[in-house]
Amino acid sequence: MLEISNINAFYGNIQALHNVSINIKQGEIITLIGANGAGKTTTLMSISGIVNPKSGEIRFNGEVISGKKPDKIVQMGLAHVPEGRHIFPYLTVMENLDLGAYLRKDKENVKKDLEHVFDLFPRLRERKNQQGGTLSGGEQQMLAISRALMARPKMLLLDEPSLGLAPLIVKQIFDIIKRINQEDGTTIFLVEQNANLALKVAHRGYVMENGHITLEDDAQKLLVNEEVKKAYLGI
Amino acid sequence: MDYFLELFLGGLTRGSIYALIALGYTMVYGIVQLINFAHGEIYMIGAFTALIIASVLTILGLNSIAILVIATAAAIVYSSAYGYTVEKIAYKPLRNAPRLSPLISAIGMSIFLQNYVLLAQTSDFLPFPRLIPEFAFMEPVSHIFSSAELVIVSTTMIVMVLLTLFIKFTNIGKAMRATAQDKTMALLIGIDVDRVISVTFIIGSSLAALGGVLIANHIGQINFYIGFIAGIKAFTAAVLGGIGSIPGAVLGALILGWTESFATGYVSSDYEDVFAFALLVLILIFRPAGLLGKAETKKV
Ligand SMILES: Nc1ncnc2c1ncn2[C@@H]1O[C@H](COP(=O)(O)OP(=O)(O)OP(=O)(O)O)[C@@H](O)[C@H]1O
Ligand SMILES: [Mg+2]
Repeated sequence: MLEISNINAFYGNIQALHNVSINIKQGEIITLIGANGAGKTTTLMSISGIVNPKSGEIRFNGEVISGKKPDKIVQMGLAHVPEGRHIFPYLTVMENLDLGAYLRKDKENVKKDLEHVFDLFPRLRERKNQQGGTLSGGEQQMLAISRALMARPKMLLLDEPSLGLAPLIVKQIFDIIKRINQEDGTTIFLVEQNANLALKVAHRGYVMENGHITLEDDAQKLLVNEEVKKAYLGI
Repeated sequence: MDYFLELFLGGLTRGSIYALIALGYTMVYGIVQLINFAHGEIYMIGAFTALIIASVLTILGLNSIAILVIATAAAIVYSSAYGYTVEKIAYKPLRNAPRLSPLISAIGMSIFLQNYVLLAQTSDFLPFPRLIPEFAFMEPVSHIFSSAELVIVSTTMIVMVLLTLFIKFTNIGKAMRATAQDKTMALLIGIDVDRVISVTFIIGSSLAALGGVLIANHIGQINFYIGFIAGIKAFTAAVLGGIGSIPGAVLGALILGWTESFATGYVSSDYEDVFAFALLVLILIFRPAGLLGKAETKKV
């Protein structure tokens, strides 16, 4: 469904991604783990068209998307929940959610999807008229995921959804991520530093170091891989 | 009492014009964090366009209301085209450059447009026809509030309401708010940010053109330099109210208008600018972000 082939991305003269290749099949949950500064966010930003790789190619459902503008990429069914959530702080929860459906014309289905995300995260329904910036961190993450779901994406890109959240909220959010995958059939590309957690929900995983993909395997196998255990699982 | 009222209404009229121009500064700043120094020139070009069209239509013998409407529409279209083009050639290529570069480009654009009009026209003041008729129902109060002033104030109020509704409820208005708050996220939800920026310049330029026509009609003369003066005043109003804030720009403009009007009326017209800028300095000392501005912790 998503094929990243040998992309190289730069910030000025600094190369952030080196020949990165990642393959994601429809219906999968794939995780990309790696330390701070490994290039995980840059990988997601390249998919969404915010960062333009100098070489290599990204295809979504067979169509080349590298070089396309971000709005065209969203239109094709990719929704991105960025690192740090990026809630619109002075818009209400409702307005944030509406904007998630910015490109959609099927207003009837948008209403249904709104109900759907409120069922997933009842907390948001209670706070729908509150300004986004006043939500707690956990609520903001719920809103960020819900806003992306309002685009009715075929594939969801999640950048460190567990960042800075209490374990209980993290568990709740990861349960929802699994549900989105199983019940709605949404393909998920999950970037995480919390490798233990990510490998437990994912089908397959990639490990990134200094802009290079160094490992790729079934999530179960990565969980028992000696190197991964040492470097990322703290065992 | 009459004198106070006259100064109050005069200040309201001035403030309305400042508000029309200040909105362009504040909206552009809100979206691209750029002080568009060429904005005053867009206002001046609006006034000149209206003058040229009005002169032609007067020769053709149209009545003054028809001339006013057509000349204003032409000014809005022409100024919008300028605003749109200035953004495309002078700012867009520098969007990822250091902040100083687009600022210098803006000053360059301003100087270029001033001199271009100076060469195309003259440096002399040109008479601008009075197109707003004296309304009969304004007769009893016309010594303190003229028909032209009424038109300026009420047009501005209507435009403010329309703009507020536009930004609150239309899709492009919501996209503008989203872009102002978080540009990366706006891109990630599929907003065409380039288009939002263009629309912002077009709206700002249209309002400035409208202000240009109204004030030219009121004062009765224009030259290539009026954009510079009005631009600085409107920019002051935008900063006073909190640059980036739409209600702030209107509030700042009205406060500035009243300050100038009362200073002129009760002290001396020599002190008009002194009071205006003293007020700005005072407010910035006590509220650095302006009256309604958000403190600099915003945008993540
Ligand atoms: N806007 C930028 N300008 C310059 N360098 C950048 C920029 N964004 C990222 N980098 C650099 O690119 C490299 C990869 O960064 P990236 O944000 O992709 O890492 P990451 O794996 O997401 O890290 P983290 O886990 O801390 O979020 C880092 O060395 C970083 O310093
Ligand atoms: Mg990151």
